[in-house]
Amino acid sequence: MQELGKAELNSTRIIRQDDNRVIIEKDLDTEYMVLSMGPQHPSTHGVLRLECITDGEVVVEAEPYLGYLHRCFEKYCEKIDYPAIVPYTDRMDYLAGMNTELAYCITVEKLLDIEIPRRVEFIRVITAELNRIASHLVAIGTYGIDLGAFTPFLFCFRDREIILNLLEWISGARMLYNYVWIGGLSYDVPADFKKRVDEFVSYFKPKVVELRELLTENEIFVKRTKGIGIMPAEVAINYGWSGPMLRGSGVKWDLRRNDPYSIYPELEFDIPVPDGKFSDVGDSLSRHLVRALEIDESLKIIEQCLDKMPEVAGFDPRAVIPKRIRPKAGEVYGRAENPRGEVGFYIVSDGKSTKPLRCKARSSCFVNLSAMKDLSKGQLIPDLVAIIGSIDIVLGEVDR
Amino acid sequence: MSSSPSLNTWSDALSGFTIGGFPLGLIIVAAIPLVFIALYALTYGVYGERKFSAFMQDRLGPMEVGPWGILQTLADILKLLQKEDIVPTVADKFLFVIGPLIMFVGSFLAFAVLPFGPAFIGADLNVGLFYAVGIVALEVVGILASGWGSNNKWALYGAIRSVAQIVSYEIPASIALLCGAMMAGSLSMQHFNVVQSGPYGFMHFFLFRNPIAWLPFIIYFIASLAENNRAPFDIPEAESELVAGFFTEYTGMKFAMFFLAEYGSMFMVSAVLSIVFLGGWASPLPNIGGLALNTMTSGPVWGAIWIILKGFFFIFVQMWLRWTLPRLRVDQLMYLCWKVLTPFAFIAFVLTAVWEIYM
Repeated sequence: MQELGKAELNSTRIIRQDDNRVIIEKDLDTEYMVLSMGPQHPSTHGVLRLECITDGEVVVEAEPYLGYLHRCFEKYCEKIDYPAIVPYTDRMDYLAGMNTELAYCITVEKLLDIEIPRRVEFIRVITAELNRIASHLVAIGTYGIDLGAFTPFLFCFRDREIILNLLEWISGARMLYNYVWIGGLSYDVPADFKKRVDEFVSYFKPKVVELRELLTENEIFVKRTKGIGIMPAEVAINYGWSGPMLRGSGVKWDLRRNDPYSIYPELEFDIPVPDGKFSDVGDSLSRHLVRALEIDESLKIIEQCLDKMPEVAGFDPRAVIPKRIRPKAGEVYGRAENPRGEVGFYIVSDGKSTKPLRCKARSSCFVNLSAMKDLSKGQLIPDLVAIIGSIDIVLGEVDR
Repeated sequence: MSSSPSLNTWSDALSGFTIGGFPLGLIIVAAIPLVFIALYALTYGVYGERKFSAFMQDRLGPMEVGPWGILQTLADILKLLQKEDIVPTVADKFLFVIGPLIMFVGSFLAFAVLPFGPAFIGADLNVGLFYAVGIVALEVVGILASGWGSNNKWALYGAIRSVAQIVSYEIPASIALLCGAMMAGSLSMQHFNVVQSGPYGFMHFFLFRNPIAWLPFIIYFIASLAENNRAPFDIPEAESELVAGFFTEYTGMKFAMFFLAEYGSMFMVSAVLSIVFLGGWASPLPNIGGLALNTMTSGPVWGAIWIILKGFFFIFVQMWLRWTLPRLRVDQLMYLCWKVLTPFAFIAFVLTAVWEIYM
């Protein structure tokens, strides 16, 4: 038997058999199928649309289509005063409003060059870390749903509810806080704040263990995520990844340490990076693991802040807020470590106006999502879902 | 051919009971299991699922309709009945309509051979077990018809996954049931119960009588989860991957029929599991000396209670698993079937045969 020729199309082969008969072998005709995943798909975490080209269950290529939640954040910023932008930043990453507010406020404060009272810094860090825990709980819970485990999701939301109640208590809103203001805070924390946060921390610590036993150490969960969507460290850096995504690839990069802001240099906490024992470095499980471990670190930070927070009698959190914010001409880039990675604001001021000339937001999710095309090549559809879940996108931030 | 003549005389006598030409006895014999199934599947299966999941997830579950929300499912069914019956314009209308019907019928035909007690059985076929395993396979046709007829890519994925899964898992499931058939020496459902009932209660059950029986028992339980599309094998309808799998396009009562079929076959496999390995309607309580617990708790009514209790127990285990475990991937599912369950099923088959011959 001898193969005479081969045509690429339909993988046709012309074969001469031993008895000199020439036959043409043709495989079954198969075609690629274009599968539109989202924007109303349950596991695209909002309104992401992926156009997948599939070969059976194998994804040949998946391209994300964005813009279903675009709200012209950057254009609006050019039309409104500096303090009025704060509520809009909440609506970017609506799962971590405090963190985004903080990132915006430290940027403008950099531009204004003003000194912030220490108590304000502590309160900002506590609220930001509380919000980080809440955000990671959503990420972990919804990741469980993506992989078919429904119960961890509700456990996560039960605990997140307590955080949201705490934040509602101090700011008046559950998700869109408008609490961190440029140069201060909208209000001081209530009298029992320390006690209630302490109660939450001691309540929540066993729940973290419970969550780990239920989800992270589950055999099926590990099977579904280990080795799926591996992203090598160099490629991750080249894509501009940040946050748990980059740390999942084994790069110890955390802006709270590498470009410290607020009071983070005074605090002791680790930056969890997967060691490759439980997971393959850079896979979906590593990214999940980093988030799970960061909850512990955030709890540590909150405990330290509660200890160190200075009590000031008759404290006015609005004391150093400028009456009228009109920065001198110039430009500034400020960034902070959000639950999903680096969120930065690039602000240009013309020196005359109370409105920014340009405000560019660097979205962590958008950059992290840009690797989707690379990550999805040759994956099965269930793995594609596992990868999207591990990226942990918030479409409000992707589209802005 | 009947394996239990004395029992059948009882039920034959009841079937022959008429009041002025009205076949009351026949209606009782035929209708009681079906009424129970309808009641169960319509209300308590769905309600139980929602309540169990609520307790596992720290919530209350349905609480509004009736005390503790006990009428919630009835309200849901009424709502689904009122819904507009939508057939997508590009769907294959015949397949789209016939799909849920086939699935519903396939699921509920199996109840014909389930004995709900010494007297209550639709038809005591001499190949009852074979019939039950075979007729449930009809569901595959329904799933494929609805998945293909929907003309929806997700539905097609779900349907194809489902067919691959159900057909594959029938092999370990059937072999595991064959082990039970070897132990009983018959395929008649009634006969399974008869040979497993006796004065020592649970000691007569195959699971406790035969040291190998736990292996086919576990294999059949796992395989039945996959055959029912229950978690962790619910990949045909994996809501986070395939939206809703093969019933993505269905609404209203057609959707409810898929639901009823699912809960119906959940009970079916639970009942088959308890009949083949745990004595079905036979009482598990032993006679201890003068305390004749077994004799006291045997009989037609008690039989129905026992099989329903056993069935409910396994349904509870199914729900428990569903709300605890994540979902496997398609290839992992196939791996489990062909490389783990099927070889072990063969091992169990050989061991049971050896045990039956030499012990």
